[in-house]
Amino acid sequence: MRQPNGQSAPGKAASVPPLVVTDVSKIYTVRGRGRGKFIAADHVSFTIPPASAIGLVGASGSGKSTLAKMITGSERPTSGSIKFGDVAVERLSAGGLRRYHSRVQMVFQDPYAALNPLHTVAYHITRPLQNFLGMSASRASERVHELLETVGLTPAAQYAGKLPHQLSGGQRQRVVIARALACDPELMVADEPVSMLDVSLRAGVLRLLADLRAKRGLSLLYITHDLLGARVITDEILVLHKGRVVEKGPTKHVLQHPKHEYTTQLLDAIATPFATDGAATTH
Amino acid sequence: MTLLAAEKVNVVYEPARGTRIWSVRDVDLDLKQGEFVGLVGESGCGKSTLGFALTRMLRAPARLENGVISFGGVDVASLTGEALRRQRRKGFAIVLQSGMNALNPVRNVELHFSDILRAHAGPGEHYSDAAVRRRGAELLGKVSLEASVLKKFPHELSGGMRQRVSIALVLSLEPKMIVFDEPTTALDVIVQKAVMQTIQELQRDQGFTAILISHDLGVVLESTNRVMVMYAGRIVEDQPSKELVRGLHHPYTEALLGCYADPRAEEIHLEGIPGTPPDLSKPLPGCAYAPRCPLAQEICWKVVPPLAPLGSGTAACHVRAPSAKVPGAQAAAAKAGAGRVATK
Repeated sequence: MRQPNGQSAPGKAASVPPLVVTDVSKIYTVRGRGRGKFIAADHVSFTIPPASAIGLVGASGSGKSTLAKMITGSERPTSGSIKFGDVAVERLSAGGLRRYHSRVQMVFQDPYAALNPLHTVAYHITRPLQNFLGMSASRASERVHELLETVGLTPAAQYAGKLPHQLSGGQRQRVVIARALACDPELMVADEPVSMLDVSLRAGVLRLLADLRAKRGLSLLYITHDLLGARVITDEILVLHKGRVVEKGPTKHVLQHPKHEYTTQLLDAIATPFATDGAATTH
Repeated sequence: MTLLAAEKVNVVYEPARGTRIWSVRDVDLDLKQGEFVGLVGESGCGKSTLGFALTRMLRAPARLENGVISFGGVDVASLTGEALRRQRRKGFAIVLQSGMNALNPVRNVELHFSDILRAHAGPGEHYSDAAVRRRGAELLGKVSLEASVLKKFPHELSGGMRQRVSIALVLSLEPKMIVFDEPTTALDVIVQKAVMQTIQELQRDQGFTAILISHDLGVVLESTNRVMVMYAGRIVEDQPSKELVRGLHHPYTEALLGCYADPRAEEIHLEGIPGTPPDLSKPLPGCAYAPRCPLAQEICWKVVPPLAPLGSGTAACHVRAPSAKVPGAQAAAAKAGAGRVATK
């Protein structure tokens, strides 16, 4: 994978600011029958140091995606603060949010829903280039090819003109990642990027994310309930349960020495043929 | 005792316009009463299509081209209309991929039960509302749900509960064989584990034959006693589940196994499978896996490998399981050095 014009040199890591989440809560008010309050995040605090990958692990309804939405600015916390360098994310105006989005990008769970079926691959990747970086059409189309090569869709010329339905799930997810990379973000929030993909394709996408992080020096927030994926690409994980952080620490350490009952439950849900020493013998 | 014997099952998708896709190719199957079989493979390998073919659920543009499906001695492949409908009572049934879409959003669970029980009531059999509720509550109990669920609508239930309701509905006709098509794919890992446990317990207690279709080899190996691996419309390996994690296998099976590891292990190597599955609209002269296979020999590109003995089961691979019926296969296998694992 070659670097596009040295535009994102590995040295970039120095300029990526930390993301600091302090005491963030989000309370949704439920109307109608069964009305009341739903606490989606309960005094959550954590930091993503520059150029590191943090995993956010938890079952459905544990508040993972709510946190992602607050970090990308599409939801505002009920209380607490989120700071990306000097930017107070929870107080951004529309214009500020737009500038923020050129620095923080999101990869969505469902590659089948994240792309417009009527537009080509090239169109999807060109939009952020023109909107955020103000590139000319010809410069943008060159850059599209570089990005497609970065995410392993080669030969790029063959993929640029395709429509989403002509691609497999894994290829679509690569397009979604290329689009997120287009405006050269400093932080990427990936919400279950591999859960919709076949197990055979997951390793490829995970490896791509790990590579990109190493080469571009971007920070990564990886949201998942798949502990294997978290182990492969994150340095640290936070285990979320009912909106609260119940456990955090270096990924390998937390998985090998789980303290909270819920972490143990997640580990127990892994199919046994591959558990413990069984895994070692097949490799 | 053999419950289901299928021979040379072929399914094609023939849209009015566009390309014809040969999705299931010459599949032979032999399932015994009470067996729990897993069917695994990547998306698009034809596993769901095969499940639909076996339960006669194919709809146009899909068509069962030829093949015999003998179910309890009756050739169900040629049945139509009322004769086929009768097979669905105490015969075969299917649990669909996402329980959420399989239920009617404007009817409560009780109405789902009354629909199915009344539609398939035997001659002289009558289900009063009270009888439907009694039977519904009993069936919900079997899938660990309370009777109060009868009055709920699908949107009031969680994903796991909806999937349990789908299973209870299928049980209401006391089938001898149930096909589970990705029953837990859309669910959370912990809920998935619980639903799989329920399926396993039911299978053990009720003794029906079950086919579990999944792309997740881990789930399949944990719950089934026999596993079939499918690739490009064909079954390429058939083994007892507990044998699959050890020994030599079809290179595709080995590649699938390489996609798993224990997140607690000291070192982790995830392999993934390079390349993509073949285009099923084109003819495939040799082994469909050859372009992605590290062991491929010349013969693999030319001759379709038949299922031949390997370990405690069978595999369709010229290198790992050379068939005596294919001239040149033995020599090719010897040339590949009996294929010392190229996976790592």
